[in-house]
Amino acid sequence: MSWLQKIFPTKVKVEASSKKGVPEGVWSKCEGCKAVLYRVELERNLEVCPKCGHHQRLGGRAYLHAFLDKDQEKIEIGAQIKPVDLLHFRDSKKYKDRLTAAQKATGEIEALIVLKGTVYKMPLVAAAFDFRFIGGSMGAALGERFVLGVETCINERLPFVCFCASGGARMQEGLVSLMQMAKTSAALAKLSAQGLPFISVLMDPTMGGVSASLAMLGDVIIAEPKALIGFAGPRVIEQTVRETLPEGFQRSEFLLEHGAIDMIVDRRELRMTIASLLSKFLGKNEPVVEEVV
Amino acid sequence: MNLNFLDFERPIAELEDKIEELRRVGVDTELNLFEEIQRLEHKSKELTRHIFASLTPAQTVQMARHPLRPNFVDYVANIFTDFVELQGDRHFSKGFTIMGGPARLNGVPVMAIGIQKGRSTKEKVERNFGMPKPEDYRKALRLMEMAERFKLPIITLVDTPGAYPGIDAEARNQSEAIARNLFVMSQLKTPIISVITGEGGSGGALAIAVGDRVLMLQYSIYSVISPEGCASILWKNPEKASDAAAAMGVTADRLNQLGLNDKVVQEPLGGAHRDPVKMAETLRNTLYTELTELKKLSLPELLERRYKRLLKHHPVPA
Repeated sequence: MSWLQKIFPTKVKVEASSKKGVPEGVWSKCEGCKAVLYRVELERNLEVCPKCGHHQRLGGRAYLHAFLDKDQEKIEIGAQIKPVDLLHFRDSKKYKDRLTAAQKATGEIEALIVLKGTVYKMPLVAAAFDFRFIGGSMGAALGERFVLGVETCINERLPFVCFCASGGARMQEGLVSLMQMAKTSAALAKLSAQGLPFISVLMDPTMGGVSASLAMLGDVIIAEPKALIGFAGPRVIEQTVRETLPEGFQRSEFLLEHGAIDMIVDRRELRMTIASLLSKFLGKNEPVVEEVV
Repeated sequence: MNLNFLDFERPIAELEDKIEELRRVGVDTELNLFEEIQRLEHKSKELTRHIFASLTPAQTVQMARHPLRPNFVDYVANIFTDFVELQGDRHFSKGFTIMGGPARLNGVPVMAIGIQKGRSTKEKVERNFGMPKPEDYRKALRLMEMAERFKLPIITLVDTPGAYPGIDAEARNQSEAIARNLFVMSQLKTPIISVITGEGGSGGALAIAVGDRVLMLQYSIYSVISPEGCASILWKNPEKASDAAAAMGVTADRLNQLGLNDKVVQEPLGGAHRDPVKMAETLRNTLYTELTELKKLSLPELLERRYKRLLKHHPVPA
C-alpha cells in the first residue's frame, strides 16, 4: 500500500469514482449534430433530434406504439412464432447464442413485431422491424410473422403497414432465409389482388433481401429522411466497381430523385400521412385530428 | 497439367496425362499399348467415381463455378428446338445477362429464360459475368408475362454469382426489379419450372426462380449469400469460405434434405462439363416429365399449390 492510499481510505475512493458520471441514460448525444440531448425529451420526440431533425433508430415495438392509437386496443399477431436454429449454425458464435443475446437485449423474441390496432380509429395491421435484433435480419420466423400479419389483413379486409429496418436476409438460417423473400412477396401479391393497400415505410437501413422483397412492394413507399436504402451494401459496391460512391448515394433523397420511392416523411408526421392516404384508399372520411402531435 | 481440372481432381488429371502420353508414344512406335491404355482409362473412371462420391461443400462450389460448365446457350442448343431470342426490357436496355425467348421442349412450346455467364473473356465482360442488372430482370418479367398471355409454360435456367452490385444498378432500383419478379411470379397463371444449373447466387437467382418446381443439378449450389461473403461478414475472414459453405448447406443434396428443392438432377460422371450433351439430355427428359405432371393440374390448383409451396418455409414448432 502506497502512502497516498494510506491517506485516502478505500471507502472514500469508491465514492469518488461513483460520483464521476451522471446516472446512465439521462443524456444522449445526437448522431447527426452531436448535440447533447435530454433522453426523455428525445424519447418523446420519437428519437428524432429536436435540434437537427436527425432520425435515430427506434425499436420496433416503440415505433408501433407511437404509430398506433394509444387509447385503443392492440393485439399482437404471431407472438408465438419463435426463431429456430434449423442448421445448428455456428460461425465465430453460435446462432443460438446470438438469438439469446438479441432476445435479452431487446426483450423481443424475433426482429419483427406485428400488431393489429387503429390509427385515427381506422383499423389496420402494422409490422415493425427491430434493427437491434441481429440487424433486423429476415429468417423463417420473421417471414412467418409477416405473412400472418398480411393474412389477417386479407381475412379481415384491413390495410397493412410495415416499418422496415433490416440488413437483409438472416445468413444463419441459410437458404430458408432467402426463401422468405419469395414467401413475403407472395403474401403481398395476394393482398394486392384483394384490393387491400400496403404502405411500406423504409427506415435506416433497409438493405439486401428485405429491400429486394417486401420493402419495395408497397403501393406507397415512404422513407424516413437520410435512411440508407439499397440492394447491395455500399462497401460491396465499392469493392466491385472500384470507384468512390457519389455523395448521398443510396440515401432516401437519392431514391426519391431516382423515382424509387413516393416521398420522404419526418417520423413525427408519419401517422397523419399514412392515415390520410389510407382513408382515401379505403373510401373513408378524412381522419380527424384529436391530439397534439 | 490440364488446367481444366480442379485441385481436388489432380490425381485424375495426372492419370489422364499419362494416358495421353501413352497414346502419343503408341502412335510413334507402333507398340501395342492398347491394353495398358484401357486399363488406365478404367482406373481413371474408378478414381473419378471415388473422388466424386464424397465432395465437400467447398469442392461442390468449385464445380458449380467450373469455367467449362455448360451455360444457358449450350443448354438451349441441346435441350430446346426452334429457340427465338427476344430482347430488351422496353425501357432502358437490351439486357445482356438474362436471355430468353419462346422455344420448343420435345415439340411443346415453352418460354425459355436463363442467365448467361459467358465463356470467352470478351463474352464474360459483355454478359457482366452473369450478374444481372435491373433491366435484365425487367426483361425476364416482360417475357414471363408474355408467356402467361400465350399460355406458354416457363422454364428458367439459373446460373449467377448474384445480382449486380453496381452504382447504375442501384440507381435503376435493383431491389424493386427483384421484388417485382417475386411478386408477379407467385401468381403468374402458367406453370413455372426453375433449374439451378450452376451458381444460385442469392436474390439475384431467386428473382427468376420462383416456381412450381425448383430443380438443382447435382453439383450446383444455391445460397443466400456467397460463401466468401458469408465468411467475411460472420467470420470476419473471407478465407473461411469453405466453413461458411458447409455451415449454410449450399449443395443440391443437402438442400433437398432440407426441403428446399424438389429434385436433384444427376450429372454425368465428373460433372456436367465432362459430357454436356448427356447432361442436356437428362435435363430435357426431366423437364418434360415435370412439365407433363404440372400440366395435369387445373390453373387454380396450380396456383394454390405454388402459394402453399412458397409459404411452407416457416419454423418447426419448438
